[in-house]
Amino acid sequence: MQCPKCHAPMHTYNRNGVQIEQCSGCRGIFLDYGELESLTRLESQWTQQAPPAPPAPPAPGAPQAYPAGPAWGAPQHGHHGHHGHHKHHRGFGHMLFSS
Amino acid sequence: MGTTRALLADAVRGIRPGARDEVVVLTDRPDGTVVRCGPVVAKAHAPDADPAALAARLEVAAHPRCAGTLLAPLAEAGALPDGRRITLWPYGEPVAPDEPGAAPWAEAGTLLARLHTVPPAALPGPVPPMRGPAKAARALDRLRAAATTAPGLPPRLAAAAHAVERAWAGLPGWARSAPGEGPAGSGPGGLCHGDFHLGQLVRLQDRWLLIDVDDLGLGDPGWDLARPAAWYAAGLLAPADWAGFLGAYRAAGGTAAGPDDPWPRLDVPARALTVQTAALALAKAAAAERALDEAEEAMVDACVRVARLSEAVG
Repeated sequence: MQCPKCHAPMHTYNRNGVQIEQCSGCRGIFLDYGELESLTRLESQWTQQAPPAPPAPPAPGAPQAYPAGPAWGAPQHGHHGHHGHHKHHRGFGHMLFSS
Repeated sequence: MGTTRALLADAVRGIRPGARDEVVVLTDRPDGTVVRCGPVVAKAHAPDADPAALAARLEVAAHPRCAGTLLAPLAEAGALPDGRRITLWPYGEPVAPDEPGAAPWAEAGTLLARLHTVPPAALPGPVPPMRGPAKAARALDRLRAAATTAPGLPPRLAAAAHAVERAWAGLPGWARSAPGEGPAGSGPGGLCHGDFHLGQLVRLQDRWLLIDVDDLGLGDPGWDLARPAAWYAAGLLAPADWAGFLGAYRAAGGTAAGPDDPWPRLDVPARALTVQTAALALAKAAAAERALDEAEEAMVDACVRVARLSEAVG
């Protein structure tokens, strides 16, 4: 599937059972009919479950939250970002070794 | 290069008479040529390296306080006919470039923390300033040279260069190596590597060590964390790698990221490294008449967001 905005290919991810498509170019997200409602429902469950106190450090092996990013960070640094998909970027292997 | 290679091999034979090791060129760039002969590596430093500052940096690398953290030099070996200083080092195994997933992020964090906790007063001085901000400024100069030299930048790269310049303009003077400003920001400053990336780690007798003291000196130690920070902020470095690096750094006593949220301390250096990386990527892409790769695009995208944010908050 191609992004309707920038025409880059879109990749499908599963978020708690909800399929979403994200554009590899502009990072825009495409939701099918009903998916926004599903995500909103999951979010409200999350909010109800979340304790007001600071979260305890996760047990080994438990799903971990993304560490915080800066205000200008890439969109992966969501506020609920406990979803662990990480894309491999072409060129990054080389960048790791250059000044 | 043939001559430089032969002269560097000669320099190694100066301390290994009679050895017949194969001569392998590890790096050949305008700012440094590195040749390996068996267990010894010879480096020709940049032509514009300040000899007194280089000598002070070599003393730091050889100092007992830095043993187990920085690779210690074997010897100085004079200069090439063009004046470039030659130094000799033990050969260490680098990080495998085709396995970035196996990169020793935690060990890197530990080594940087050890470096940052060396008290500058314990070192033979004066230790020169670290060259991180100066290198960022140099990257911008390279981009500007590419943009103003015929035929200039193609439109897509020119638009990216505009975003890089806007992000650069929002940085404080110290991070841009502005005249009269030191590289420590508002902090007290400490011993920094100045150019940390995965190519600056080697393994020797099962221990990882930091190499390359050309940019080492006093400044904001957050600069050394800022390149991984910039990669993480751009969405390139995996969260687990960033967390492993930062966690090991703090566990070993490193304080440059503060105790909790690292971004108040790392924001400025990470923005500077983002700009530096994007500027160099654009200059290289222009020279090779190629498009940016995905990772380079991600760094330009980060510059766009940095620029928007710093322009929005003034």
